[in-house]
Amino acid sequence: MRIAGRGFNRSARAVTFTFDGQSYTGRAGDTLAAALLANDVRHVARSFKYHRPRGVLTAGSEEPNALVTVGVGPKQDPNIRATTLEIYDGLAARSQNAWPSLKHDAMAINDLLSPFLSAGFYYKTFMWPKSFWEKLYEPVIRHAAGLGALSGETNQDTYEKAFAHCDVLIIGAGPAGIMAALTAARAGADVILADEGTAFGGRLLCETYDVNGRAGEEWAAQQLARLSDMENVRIMTRTTVTGAYDQGTFAALETVGSRNPHAPKECFWRIVAKRSILCAGALERPIAFPNNDRPGIMLASAVRSYLNRFGVAPGEAVTIFANNDDAHRTALDLIDAGVTVACVIDSRTDAVALGDYRLVAGGQVIATKGRHGLTSITVRDANGTHDIQTDCLAMSGGWNPTVHLTCHMNARPTWSDDILSFVPTDGSIPNMLVAGAARGVFSTLGCLADGIAVAQDTIRELGLTAPQIDTPTAEDSAYRIEPLWQVDGKGRKWLDFQNDVHVKDIALAVQENFRSVEHMKRYTTQGMATDQGKNSNVVALAVLADATGRGIPETGTTTFRPPYVPVAIAAMGAGSQGHGFAPERHTTSHKATLDRGAPMMEAGLWYRPSYFPKPHETTWLEACNREVAMVRNHVGICDVSTLGKIDIAGPDAAAFLDFVYCNTFSTLKENRVRYGLMLREDGHVMDDGTTARLGANHYVMTTTTAAAGQVMKHLDWVSQALRPDLDVRVASVTEQWAQFAVAGPKARDLLNSVLDRPIDDENWPFMSCGSVDIAGVQGRLFRISFSGEHAYEIAVPSRYGASLFRLLTAQAEAMDGGPYGMEALNVLRIEKGFITHGEIHGRVTASDIGFGRMVSQKKDCIGNAMSQRPGLLDPEREQLVGLKPVEITGKLTAGAHLFVDGADAVSENDQGYVTSVCYSPTLGHDLAQAFLKDGPNRHGDHILLVDHLRDVQTLCEVCHPVFFDPTGGLARG
Amino acid sequence: MRLPCPLCGDRDRREFYYQGHAVMLERPLRDAGANAWDDYLHNRDNPAGETRDLWHHEAGCGAWIVVTRNTVTHEVLGAILAENAKKTGAQA
Repeated sequence: MRIAGRGFNRSARAVTFTFDGQSYTGRAGDTLAAALLANDVRHVARSFKYHRPRGVLTAGSEEPNALVTVGVGPKQDPNIRATTLEIYDGLAARSQNAWPSLKHDAMAINDLLSPFLSAGFYYKTFMWPKSFWEKLYEPVIRHAAGLGALSGETNQDTYEKAFAHCDVLIIGAGPAGIMAALTAARAGADVILADEGTAFGGRLLCETYDVNGRAGEEWAAQQLARLSDMENVRIMTRTTVTGAYDQGTFAALETVGSRNPHAPKECFWRIVAKRSILCAGALERPIAFPNNDRPGIMLASAVRSYLNRFGVAPGEAVTIFANNDDAHRTALDLIDAGVTVACVIDSRTDAVALGDYRLVAGGQVIATKGRHGLTSITVRDANGTHDIQTDCLAMSGGWNPTVHLTCHMNARPTWSDDILSFVPTDGSIPNMLVAGAARGVFSTLGCLADGIAVAQDTIRELGLTAPQIDTPTAEDSAYRIEPLWQVDGKGRKWLDFQNDVHVKDIALAVQENFRSVEHMKRYTTQGMATDQGKNSNVVALAVLADATGRGIPETGTTTFRPPYVPVAIAAMGAGSQGHGFAPERHTTSHKATLDRGAPMMEAGLWYRPSYFPKPHETTWLEACNREVAMVRNHVGICDVSTLGKIDIAGPDAAAFLDFVYCNTFSTLKENRVRYGLMLREDGHVMDDGTTARLGANHYVMTTTTAAAGQVMKHLDWVSQALRPDLDVRVASVTEQWAQFAVAGPKARDLLNSVLDRPIDDENWPFMSCGSVDIAGVQGRLFRISFSGEHAYEIAVPSRYGASLFRLLTAQAEAMDGGPYGMEALNVLRIEKGFITHGEIHGRVTASDIGFGRMVSQKKDCIGNAMSQRPGLLDPEREQLVGLKPVEITGKLTAGAHLFVDGADAVSENDQGYVTSVCYSPTLGHDLAQAFLKDGPNRHGDHILLVDHLRDVQTLCEVCHPVFFDPTGGLARG
Repeated sequence: MRLPCPLCGDRDRREFYYQGHAVMLERPLRDAGANAWDDYLHNRDNPAGETRDLWHHEAGCGAWIVVTRNTVTHEVLGAILAENAKKTGAQA
């Protein structure tokens, strides 16, 4: 019910929205909860486990009950708290966890079955048969118990992430936070003031307190305006600080654009602050009395929030039940607004009425009625019991300081007998101080003064001069409370509303000897819902303490983890969906390659063409076979720019290479290229590639595409950390050079058609290198081959790469050649017996791949000492071989294992495994590279290939790994 | 988490690659024997408290650095270039 003329948004425009398909009108500035209550919608949700009707409990982000789903399809967003969701025109919210409707929920049967569904029921009930768990029990439970659901479609909302740094981060902009911000800002500190609300002021927005003689919310707005004018202050509204991390790092979630379709929905902040001040206030807690969960029963502070901030009375005849003075303030506010206060029940026997309302001192609420919403309560006092008609009960069991962030780095809060709750332990978060209600200072004046004092301490810690600030005048009433955790009576007394945990569940946990607070939590799931038990944990602890005959301090407490409020993974990973998941590296030939219709494959972050299809080709294999034949018979062009290129220069460059490669490079002549093998320090192969000596003190190394980053890091490591005595510099130049393989019998003819000066065999023998000019552009030419053919690689500065690729492919096509992709490249290298990271996969040694003698014993190198371990030189090790099928049609598969024909194909009999396979169009059958025990001595033997996954068995002949041109005459010719 | 790169200043942890304990700077001689090499490659202390470890400023200047930090409090106490640590035996 809306109270005319009340609420800070009293003159705001009307906003139309729907809830469960029905249209309602609210005011701009309303939360969905406020707008629903204004329309007398009390029943808004079904509970998690028992599907009990539930209403709005709170007016903040701690809300356990009023969760709704907004949006449909890819934009469906479940579990939005109605108490923080601002309404906007066109908002369509839906209730959750109810079918077919909120009012008639089939699963409400669970509530009747509740004696069978007590805490730990699924540990006990669904024990057997084991196979039933996955197929039957879990799906049924997941269907029955739950919150809102995702649509299963790809999220289309946009999110953002951002970073900020400051001197002082102030978390919470209530009276303490505002004064702390003014103090820190006046001292000249760089200040960020963040608050999760839409407006600043904290409880001042919800109470009828004056500050400095002005209404609290007006005073807060005035201070905010002052802060906004200061250049050293950043104001962050709608921003919840969700976590405290090492080195003054904080996570924060900003709601940006739920009302603006063009803005990102949320922004996830990482804020780094030299100092922080936690001014997060306090949260009110319920009292555990029988059936305290009916729609219409809410926290007293929430009733005042809806009344004073939004001008909404949550009921027509309100009753109040409390163990502290808040009951009376709630009554006075309601009466002032013209709302009937049916009765105030105060558990304290010495309670005195502060106005004209009916007071039951020393009374307790022992029962409630109303199926879909509260209709009456039963009150017991010294004179007996009686019923009171009421549609709204405001309860208050006291206030819990919002200590959550102080627990995020392992600290636990300290029990305070003064306020019957936990307060932060000093030093919980390095460089964080706590002010105001968050550390149990509850009066408005106390909070204002504490904010100033704590900020002054903070400013002094920063080495700045703390300014003197006058404390504004405000109420300074004492916080009077008597313990009241639970009420005796028949019926379930709810603690954790979101996970449906009640007092008896805790008794059961204790009965079954789950007496420690951590065990009780896990057994009952108390505090394990998305609200992390913000309202309920302290009451549950008190109940546990009572049940185990211990005090609360001895019982201890569970702790809180980040995030303070639920954070969508999409917000934390903003920008990382789809193409944002990983950077894409494109070669200079990328566009020309796509223009030719080549399907791309990923190679690390690079994109490389699989093959270049011709119009009549229907399969990749057709294209691949054609490309292989094209290289073998004519000439092919392949972009090899993705290989790592590392420039190595300096007087000690040769000595450096001798140290990082197992073979020797100091003996390499200028303008020559050598194959190099690099070991890890443990003696296994790290990477291979060719290195060219461009000058006396200048080399350029190539690495495999996959290991380029690892090798660069390794060279940095060796040059800086192991051999700083060597005068050498290394730099990655992978991106600076575009490089293309030109391979095939016509390779030199093709090059001579584009080079400014022709080359010949005498000056450019196999494994030579040097400078060449192409249309006036200086490039590098390397006569090396990864296919076994007469071949070169030609490199130009990247800006000429696209042009050179077009030029080379056009020339090639004029000679019956053309571009080739990774599939053909792979076939060509397997035919020739060249290895890739399929073979040097991290567990092989130089001798495993037949290069044992490359490990020079004339010098030390990385991996030299450990490569000589007996276990790494054992001839029984699996070593590189080639395989071909005995029957020409035999199928070879990568990943298959090798067995002696006739032996059981089990791991005990494993002889080795297949690493690479291809169909060789040159030889007309499948080929494989494999590692086989004592392989080099078994050439000519038969071995059985068994692929258990693909159900393939093929008898193979063990071969030398080089199938094509074993003498190497073609590459040299 | 931020690390103080001696060349670049305080930088976000995500710019760095973590290697392991700074004992890796003390590479044995080639003929130091199997035990010394086994120790160098495989055996590490797991201290509760101060430790020195190696990080590579991979997405930054490319420097290998030795960071001194506390594994209990997560405090980062300082960093020096690995090159200087190796040359002078200096501690971060």
